Amino acid sequence: MTESYRDQFAANAANGGGEGPTWLPALRAQAFERFTALGFPTTRDEDWHFTSVTPIAERTFKAVKSAPTTLTLTDIAPWLVNESWQRLVFVNGRLEPLLSHFSELPAAVQLSTLSDALREEPEWVKQHLGTLAGFDRAAFTALNTAFMQDGVVVRIPEGECVEVPLHILHISDAHAAGAAVHPRLLVVAEAQSQVVLVESYVGLGQASYLVNTVAEVSVGDGARVDHYKIQRDGIEAFHVSTVQVTQGRDSIYHSFSYAAGAALSRTNVYTKLLGTGGEARLNGLYILDGTQHADHQTFVEHLAESCASRELYIGILDGSSHGVFNGKVYVDPIAQKTDGKQTNKALLLSDKARIDTKPQLEIFADDVKCTHGATIGKLDEQALFYLKSRGIGGENARALLTYAFAAQVLETIEIDSLRLLLERAIFARFTNLALE
Amino acid sequence: MLKITDLHASASDKEILKGISLTVNAGEVHAIMGPNGSGKSTLAQIIAGHPGYEVTSGTIEYDGKDLLDMEAEERAQAGVFLAFQYPVEIPGVTNAYFLRAAFNELRKARGEEEVDPMEFLDIMEEKLKLVEMDATMMQRSVNAGFSGGEKKRNEILQMAVLAPKLAVLDETDSGLDIDALRIVAGGVNALKRPDNATIVVTHYQRLLNYIVPDFVHVLAGGRIIRSGGKELAHELEAKGYDWLLEPVSV
Repeated sequence: MTESYRDQFAANAANGGGEGPTWLPALRAQAFERFTALGFPTTRDEDWHFTSVTPIAERTFKAVKSAPTTLTLTDIAPWLVNESWQRLVFVNGRLEPLLSHFSELPAAVQLSTLSDALREEPEWVKQHLGTLAGFDRAAFTALNTAFMQDGVVVRIPEGECVEVPLHILHISDAHAAGAAVHPRLLVVAEAQSQVVLVESYVGLGQASYLVNTVAEVSVGDGARVDHYKIQRDGIEAFHVSTVQVTQGRDSIYHSFSYAAGAALSRTNVYTKLLGTGGEARLNGLYILDGTQHADHQTFVEHLAESCASRELYIGILDGSSHGVFNGKVYVDPIAQKTDGKQTNKALLLSDKARIDTKPQLEIFADDVKCTHGATIGKLDEQALFYLKSRGIGGENARALLTYAFAAQVLETIEIDSLRLLLERAIFARFTNLALE
Repeated sequence: MLKITDLHASASDKEILKGISLTVNAGEVHAIMGPNGSGKSTLAQIIAGHPGYEVTSGTIEYDGKDLLDMEAEERAQAGVFLAFQYPVEIPGVTNAYFLRAAFNELRKARGEEEVDPMEFLDIMEEKLKLVEMDATMMQRSVNAGFSGGEKKRNEILQMAVLAPKLAVLDETDSGLDIDALRIVAGGVNALKRPDNATIVVTHYQRLLNYIVPDFVHVLAGGRIIRSGGKELAHELEAKGYDWLLEPVSV
């Protein structure tokens, strides 16, 4: 099945995919060979046990036809979150300069497309691209590396602090039908720097397409990266995403992953705590209905002393949807004084909804504090009674508590406008009412 | 207003109330006291309609209606209010939203128009003063991260807004310092009217220094073993519960 992409790869290499510095075609070729050797994962692979990618593997997604979009700013306004943010807007994998707006950044901060970065600073890109997100054992990352299109490069120099979020918005519309886009993101936050990133994936309409995205994030010593990923792809779409992070000494990586779209989605967030005192906060919320399937995998590697990791993933599942959460925490023998906490909670709103949750702790140091907890269930009876005892009837009480279940993780969103947007959307979804 | 007759109730097949009879008239304040595990909180929760208890026999009549036949929300809409011993936290739902939702449910049930957020703000302003709460509390999530005292004051705030006919306070004094106790009791007293009634469930006499009851009932082993006036509470304060309890049969 992977062989069916060979013609596409060859065509790509022949007409422009081979541009850029000489090392790039070699990297792509290497990745493509690895992809064909690995093949798509199957449920026999431990990491894919509960998620079958057969619907992705059994068809060959084409390269998207390259034509400028006819979408206007008005069309995309609902997805901007906040119009004052600096933003790069991609439609069907292609950067749309007229919809984007990213010129108002501190001079030292670099925010550019991958192709621009490759032209201007090929050596710097080479040092980072592909070094964090290895594809040796990851077929989708190999596929992304072979086909990656206009990606985004963010470089925050030492000590720079970018407070206004940078928004990377990927929109897929009817033109994406049958096609795959492979967005790539490279973020290098140098020592003592700070940046807030929002990655949005939106599908307009019912097209079936594949988004296969890879982000590499390097968080330097004392740096902080807040990384929000909002996945609202089309209901017939497939979404596979890997974020690979490395963290330096006393760094903070804070991720929030929201998944409400796509027929089938897989979201990987992997971080390596390489320096002492680092902190990883990985949170997520998935809200599913119908026959949707969403799989979240986290992997926190404690590879240095005195690091902390905090994870809270919340799922709300209705219809015959299927959620998967697999949270791995590895504590190296050297990583004494590790403080790890992982919580996964799922609320099943229907008898046919299903959740598979698998927390995995591998601890090889003795002086550590690590806990994990998973709860699956229905709404809290005592809370329901509390609402009813105030005159709020059964249906409304359930709706309000379902929203409250989501709200406990929405609270971790530190960007007010984004939090409010999701709160309103989720409140309306469950209560059919507006939240003031 | 409330007439409980020979009420028996159990939870998980364990009988907790073993024949309670109690009549509460409009304008009265009743205190229900008793040692831990006597069933007094169970009684409070059954009046409010908690689904976790099974009433095996007996009746509760409220305003001429069969209370046990009503859902918890219907009871609330008919004027029954329970101030919880452990108020529930509801993340993401502001106090303002929650209170207005409850307020409007009660209005709807009475066939009255709902109030909009602006009108409700005016109503709240006066009620907040009653429990000495800051207006910023209205924008916080319901009980989330509240201190023990704030939670109890929030219960009384809800009571003030919903203006019940029958208010049941379940151990509202537990975990309160003297200032919070004074505020909570002050709120309850201010809400007293000739046409409503209050049942105060408490372990200690302390609260009854502030909310003076017309009747005191001592509950033990699922039965009311003594009823009297407010002086009974003082007697209990001085002597404890032991002198009232039946000797343990050997």
